[in-house]
Amino acid sequence: MKIKGKVWKFGKNIDTDVIIPARYLNTSDPAELAKHCMEDADPDFSKKIKPGDIIVAGKNFGCGSSREHAPIALKAAGIGCVIALSFARIFYRNAFNMGLPIFECDETASALEEGDEVEVDADTGEIRDLTTGDIFKAQPIPPFMQELVSDGGLIPHVLKSL
Amino acid sequence: MSRPMTIAEKILAAHAGLDSVEPGQLVEVDVDFALGNDITAPIAIKIFRQAGVNTVFDREKIALVSDHFVPNKDIMSAEQARLLREFAAEQGIVHHYDGGESGVEHVLLPEKGLVLPGDVVIGADSHTCTYGAMGTFATGVGSTDLAATMITGKTWFKVPESIKFVYKGKLRPWVGGKDLILYTIGDIGVDGALYMAMEFTGPVIDSMSMAGRFTMSNMAIEAGGKVGLINPDDTTLDYVTDRAVRDFTVYRSDEDAQYAKVIEYDCSEIEPQVACPHLPENTKGISEVGNVPLDQVVIGSCTNGRLEDLALAADVISGRRVSKGLRLIVIPTTPTVYIQALEKGFLTTFLNAGAVIGPPTCGPCLGGHMGVLAKGERALSTTNRNFVGRMGHPESEVYLANPAIAAASAVLGRIGSPDEL
Repeated sequence: MKIKGKVWKFGKNIDTDVIIPARYLNTSDPAELAKHCMEDADPDFSKKIKPGDIIVAGKNFGCGSSREHAPIALKAAGIGCVIALSFARIFYRNAFNMGLPIFECDETASALEEGDEVEVDADTGEIRDLTTGDIFKAQPIPPFMQELVSDGGLIPHVLKSL
Repeated sequence: MSRPMTIAEKILAAHAGLDSVEPGQLVEVDVDFALGNDITAPIAIKIFRQAGVNTVFDREKIALVSDHFVPNKDIMSAEQARLLREFAAEQGIVHHYDGGESGVEHVLLPEKGLVLPGDVVIGADSHTCTYGAMGTFATGVGSTDLAATMITGKTWFKVPESIKFVYKGKLRPWVGGKDLILYTIGDIGVDGALYMAMEFTGPVIDSMSMAGRFTMSNMAIEAGGKVGLINPDDTTLDYVTDRAVRDFTVYRSDEDAQYAKVIEYDCSEIEPQVACPHLPENTKGISEVGNVPLDQVVIGSCTNGRLEDLALAADVISGRRVSKGLRLIVIPTTPTVYIQALEKGFLTTFLNAGAVIGPPTCGPCLGGHMGVLAKGERALSTTNRNFVGRMGHPESEVYLANPAIAAASAVLGRIGSPDEL
């Protein structure tokens, strides 16, 4: 699985209230949630991004609430994957359950700049910055997890195998 | 003989049907209780239906609690609560709480004896870790994981490493569980216990009330922790025994259990703590906060909305008035807490001081309703998170503190201590 898109950079400890503010949790409609994705950090974020674009962030991405609305909003907004130094544990689990690929990468990935075109290879964990030519290494996603992601998340994946 | 284990390891081993487990091991465990609320359960119910399953694994082991946007703030949130109501009726879910029976889930479920020491509990709410105060392996999950457990009665975990926190020394005036957990988060950071079990121990914990313990375990997630455990003792059993709706097993860490880290604090050096915007780790002692004028003070939530919290705040504010122009919102977290606060005269004290009393709800804690902040406003709250936009406008600010500091600050019109009154 390869993901290609433009980098959008955020800092450390990006919490779930930033990813999708609680004031919009009176719905679980992905399209509606997508409109407000990352709104409190960048009000126009959902309008600016294109399908496949990539979020690059610091440590502890997705900290805070257990709301699955967070990976749902990111995925429905078109985010191809998230690359971060580390992920909060509930978000980590929710992301794969929802079929949003995420990659843990060491500090070298902070060299990725906003706007760079990047290609991520889930098999090898290789992050290729097509703008600068730099290559970084993230944790690859094992084949069964990739299948889960391409099936659209845990439940569709499980149903397929029944 | 099995290896010495922490309480977290013992509970997981017992629920996985194993003699022992060790950190890093993946285990499938039986779940004793699972819960969802009016924000998270709708997605779980949708997934449950999508899976084509007819019945939940056990209608007595699931709680559906409408507490976040109740009484419903708009049509969409009313639809979400309706979905829970209809699903509960259809499935015969015994523990569905709504209307005048409902309250803030993490106060309500322990109060009703539904979650117990030695249990594995998963909840589609990050503050499910609150029950760790009773020696319960309780952790937050997403809606998909909740749906899977509603179907199978099981879930999987990676056995976490444990950090042991030892609290020693004599507590200073106005210092309680909230201050110790804020101090701890300030020390280790908001990812200081990422993926790990936190275990709170030491003489200060031994002599702490259940209310203080619940507050500490509640905020384990604010350090990234999977669980925040306290070994059950007589205080725990006094709280649990008469409430418990079923049998339970007490597990305690072995003396020679292995910890990734042991951290000791001398509590006699800790003053009341305030977490400044916009992370719970931005803590300062009350004497270092400086002059911070406030627009609103909130006393409530799964962190600090128990009877003991209201008693402390009422004691501080009794005979005084809320500062002109400041809004004080007090939210008793469950119907029982509400009745007791009423009978003990706390609500009269708050009303005489100029407070607004809200119905049991999570409401303002997450900027849901009943106390949302306008642009540029600043609040001090006994809740658990001070992220950007947490209680309203993205340009508003939230400070976190204990109920005594909150009550004093409401009178002073700025962040301050009861000693200044």
